[in-house]
Amino acid sequence: MSKPIHSNYLPYLLVWFALIVLTGITVTFAGINFGKYTVLTALVIASIKAYLVLSIFMNIKREDKVFKIFIGISLLFLIISFALLFSDYSFV
Amino acid sequence: MNNNAADNSVSYLHYKGKYSGLKAWILSTDHKRIGLLYMVTMLFFFSVGVTFGVLMRLELLTPGKTIVGPQTYNSFFTLHGIIMIFLFIIPGLPAVFGNFFLPIMIGAKDVSFPRLNLLSWWLFLAGGIMAIVSVLMPGGPVDTGWTFYIPYSVRTNTNVIPALLAAFTLGFSSILTGINFVTTIHRLRAPGMGWFKMPLFIWSLYSTAWIQILATPIVGITLLLVVFERLFGVGIFDPALGGDPVLYQHLFWIYSHPAVYIMILPAMGVISEIIPVFSHRTIFGYKFIALSSVAIALLGSLVWAHHMFTVGMSGTAMFLFSLLTFIVAIPSAIKVFNWVSTLYKGSIQTDPPLLFALAFIFLFSIGGFTGLIQGALSVNMHIHDTSFIVAHFHYVMFGGTGFGIFAAMHYWWPKMFGRKYDFKRAKRAFWFLFVGFNTLYFPMFVMGWLGMPRRYYDYLPQYQVYHVISTVGSWILVTGLFLMFKNLVSALMYGEKTTEQNPWGGETLEWSTTTPPPLENFAVIPVVTDAPYVYKDNDVLTQEDTH
Amino acid sequence: MSSTEETIHHAHRDDEGSRMGMWLFLFTELLLFGGMFLAYSVYRYMHQAEFHIAAKELSTLMGTLNTLILLTSSLTMALAIAALQNNKKVLSLILQGTTLVFALWFLINKYFEWSAKYHHGLFPGADVLMEKSPGQILFFGLYYVMTGLHGLHVIIGMLIISYMSLGTAKNKITADNHVRLEAAGLYWHLVDIIWIFLFPLFYLIS
Repeated sequence: MSKPIHSNYLPYLLVWFALIVLTGITVTFAGINFGKYTVLTALVIASIKAYLVLSIFMNIKREDKVFKIFIGISLLFLIISFALLFSDYSFV
Repeated sequence: MNNNAADNSVSYLHYKGKYSGLKAWILSTDHKRIGLLYMVTMLFFFSVGVTFGVLMRLELLTPGKTIVGPQTYNSFFTLHGIIMIFLFIIPGLPAVFGNFFLPIMIGAKDVSFPRLNLLSWWLFLAGGIMAIVSVLMPGGPVDTGWTFYIPYSVRTNTNVIPALLAAFTLGFSSILTGINFVTTIHRLRAPGMGWFKMPLFIWSLYSTAWIQILATPIVGITLLLVVFERLFGVGIFDPALGGDPVLYQHLFWIYSHPAVYIMILPAMGVISEIIPVFSHRTIFGYKFIALSSVAIALLGSLVWAHHMFTVGMSGTAMFLFSLLTFIVAIPSAIKVFNWVSTLYKGSIQTDPPLLFALAFIFLFSIGGFTGLIQGALSVNMHIHDTSFIVAHFHYVMFGGTGFGIFAAMHYWWPKMFGRKYDFKRAKRAFWFLFVGFNTLYFPMFVMGWLGMPRRYYDYLPQYQVYHVISTVGSWILVTGLFLMFKNLVSALMYGEKTTEQNPWGGETLEWSTTTPPPLENFAVIPVVTDAPYVYKDNDVLTQEDTH
Repeated sequence: MSSTEETIHHAHRDDEGSRMGMWLFLFTELLLFGGMFLAYSVYRYMHQAEFHIAAKELSTLMGTLNTLILLTSSLTMALAIAALQNNKKVLSLILQGTTLVFALWFLINKYFEWSAKYHHGLFPGADVLMEKSPGQILFFGLYYVMTGLHGLHVIIGMLIISYMSLGTAKNKITADNHVRLEAAGLYWHLVDIIWIFLFPLFYLIS
């Protein structure tokens, strides 16, 4: 049985505000040319946003440790796939 | 609902639920009934796959046309591959025996999501039907090979789309099974069953389930992209639209190589169950076997491009994937070593399950070693796409997983149905299978090494002698299959009834419940105190009913 | 992904198990899109300049608007769950309804976007598109497939949330038994996360 939770609305509102601000930042930055760092900044900002959604909206902070390990395994699998795939494409 | 005590005296086979007749089976959410549903469907598709295989071998008996034309032959090997892989080998152990025994072996009443489990079977059936429909629809059966390589798969006019959607649906079914198993293993283990007290079959299913969850979606989307490409002309892989066919191969094998481990890992689990029971010895290196399953799942995800050594990858990638391929052999070798060490000085009882298990070790070792031969880059250039490869993966998939499935059948049959089968006939069938298998596939190593390409309809006369031996082998093998299934099926109808709980002297939980198991598996949920496979005295043999 | 009605086999409900099942399902969704992101990254690497040119056809304004809509819908969904946990059924229903409205708005925008592309002849098989360079054809191929499948997930999410709203209204999903609404929320947030990555990769690279 789930224990009775009194859920606070405030963290959600704060995260939402942060997400909106980050969206503004990423759109603004996209107008400026950082050369090869443009993609990197966009992805870093997107990752921060995803992290916020994951930890607050999706309540992963409240979950058991094993859920975090699961997320780690899945991301690791995806990252390895990228790395090994590019071992073909980024070399001749 | 239905929670009265009387339930536990009725076996799952005779249990009366909400429905009766056929509905009591196809709408049942009981994991054991679902396991049997899978078994019936899987064996049906297996027989179709075998038919295509035998017809292929017959066609190759002589050079040129023997029974069918080249287009039909192309469909034969394609359908043989699709059916055997997606409808037999992949669901063979997890969906049939995993479903049936996973909850029992961890001391649970059912899986975590019983209705989802039933949905998986329905999706499996739907996928199987789509595969059959793709054969019968106008346009002709698919002829791309089970790999659906681009660009041919966007050019050919055969029914590629239904076949792709079938594979997608079957993948989805497999994913749902994986989700169910991981959750069940995490949440529903009996009190006292820590991770290192789990049976090794469960460890292998756990590793398998993770591959099912993580790798299957990638091939799912890849096949779906090919569907979009064919339907709408979306530019993704087709080189005419700027696409990269090699990228398709990468994405395809990112799943399809780990899928090989979906196929083999549960079979290794079954063998790890059978070996200690029939040598009446505590398993050697329990933790190593358990963790090597996890290691195989992990490393097996890193080697996919060894299927593509001849497509012109970068030197770095070639080196990396070759190296990783050699490394992945280590955990498999650890397992073989541990099985053999368990047998050493055991009181070996050569009943049919053990015979199949020993054949597994022998055939899988040949399959594994020949895999290493191909992992070497320079040799790979020579034998790529020859029948050497065909022989290799049949030794692993059929000699390994196929014999693993047969071993599981002979090991658990009395438990599942409460009927004994005839040992003599089982052993006779075994020898037909073993001899037939080697006669069928070993010549392929030789002719492949000499240059016989795979998937070719025609060949030079110098290869004919190998083809003839191989085709004769296919007849012996089919005889063995017929004898084996005849024996098992007649056991169901005329076999001696048995309620003996533990005919082999096993130490895992499925042997501590009644035969056949009741609806909720146990009268009282067991409390686990010992590790599995602990044989304190070697005299178990004398206490048990030996044959 | 509810397990609560399967309890015939279990003595007690396992909410954590249900959430675990849902998370595992989300990983498969993540990897499903992951496969397409793999394809995207390879093609972007091969055709950098052409991707930049092709992306000029997309409206950054529209993309930004849809991002804001989806982020806000994620907020209302999270709040809907919190409201139900606090036993405020009506508030939760209103918030679930708001989520649905935002989702619909997102789809309407998407419809206008796609039809604008269609009128410019930028759709698979169109002559205008086929005359462009390979990199641009691939960009639009990926654009349609990835945003299209994402849109399909939005539609599926809407159906799930509607179903949950029905359950909430009928008191099948309550303050003591809200795991199904949580699972729907998890799904919805994942759809949001995928968009968080799609947005910069398609709309912000010109």
